[in-house]
Amino acid sequence: MNWIFEPWPWYVAGPLIALIMFLLIFVGKQFGMSSNLRTMCTICGADKKADFFDFNWKDQRWNLMVVLGAIIGGFIAAQFLSTDAAAVAINPETVNKLQSMGIESAGKAYMPTELFGLGALTDIKSLAILLIGGLLIGFGARYAGGCTSGHAISGLSNLQLPSLIAVIGFFAGGLFMIHVLFPLIF
Amino acid sequence: MRTLSYLFIGIFFGIVMFKSEAASWFRIYEMFSFQSFHMYGIIGSALVIGIVGIQLIKRNNIKSFYGEPIKFTPKDRGVSRYLYGGLIFGLGWALAGACPGPIYTLIGAGYLPILVVLIGSLLGTFLYGLLRKKLPH
Repeated sequence: MNWIFEPWPWYVAGPLIALIMFLLIFVGKQFGMSSNLRTMCTICGADKKADFFDFNWKDQRWNLMVVLGAIIGGFIAAQFLSTDAAAVAINPETVNKLQSMGIESAGKAYMPTELFGLGALTDIKSLAILLIGGLLIGFGARYAGGCTSGHAISGLSNLQLPSLIAVIGFFAGGLFMIHVLFPLIF
Repeated sequence: MRTLSYLFIGIFFGIVMFKSEAASWFRIYEMFSFQSFHMYGIIGSALVIGIVGIQLIKRNNIKSFYGEPIKFTPKDRGVSRYLYGGLIFGLGWALAGACPGPIYTLIGAGYLPILVVLIGSLLGTFLYGLLRKKLPH
């Protein structure tokens, strides 16, 4: 059973993600995580400001249960199914690159402590990175009508051309961020 | 009962996101640096199984667990919204190192600063709702 505590390889994780998509299809729903952000906006009263949020959010309660589950699942995995450090063994070249950019925790942690340690909450630059990152994720996902789950997994599995365009956009944006903007940010 | 099934699927999803390290900022950076096959393997293998499975469901008219027909809604046609929206999403995905699913997973895993990403993504969604009619779709 030791394998559970090790990181799961791609050939285990990928098929399990497909299984999750099929489980949702077989209970009459679909796999898409970013639409919950719209639901949460509506619950917070955004429907009074823009008609985009004027919909019956109760129809989306099932997806909020998936979100609650994902939170609980993250807790279970981190607390009970991982070793203490859970350091992510990324490519040593990537580690060197990140350390030269000042991200010293590369290769030693699950998340960069520079951005996701408690110290980040009192560091203006880290806060700005997290907040702007979030803004782009939320705005872009709704503009594109889906995120990694809705387009890259569900949409491409159903051979949807719009999803292919969106996924090309995801990668073009990600590559631009890391290769062009990161040297300016870090 | 159905509500519980959504909860359990979510728990399963959260565990897979964390244990596969797809929720790790480092894995996203490594993916965009083309220095590991890991993330491509995850997305690629999910996709191959997904494509085959959905074709099987469609061709054999397989019903849901509740005996209902399974409907696949095609995405609306268009280019602009998918391209521009995708680009913006990709910038955020690489910067915060998380997409919406892992954001929830990381909250449970106890990385509190991810809440700032969640607040940002709610604001971003709200901003899109406000500007939607002015944007090319």
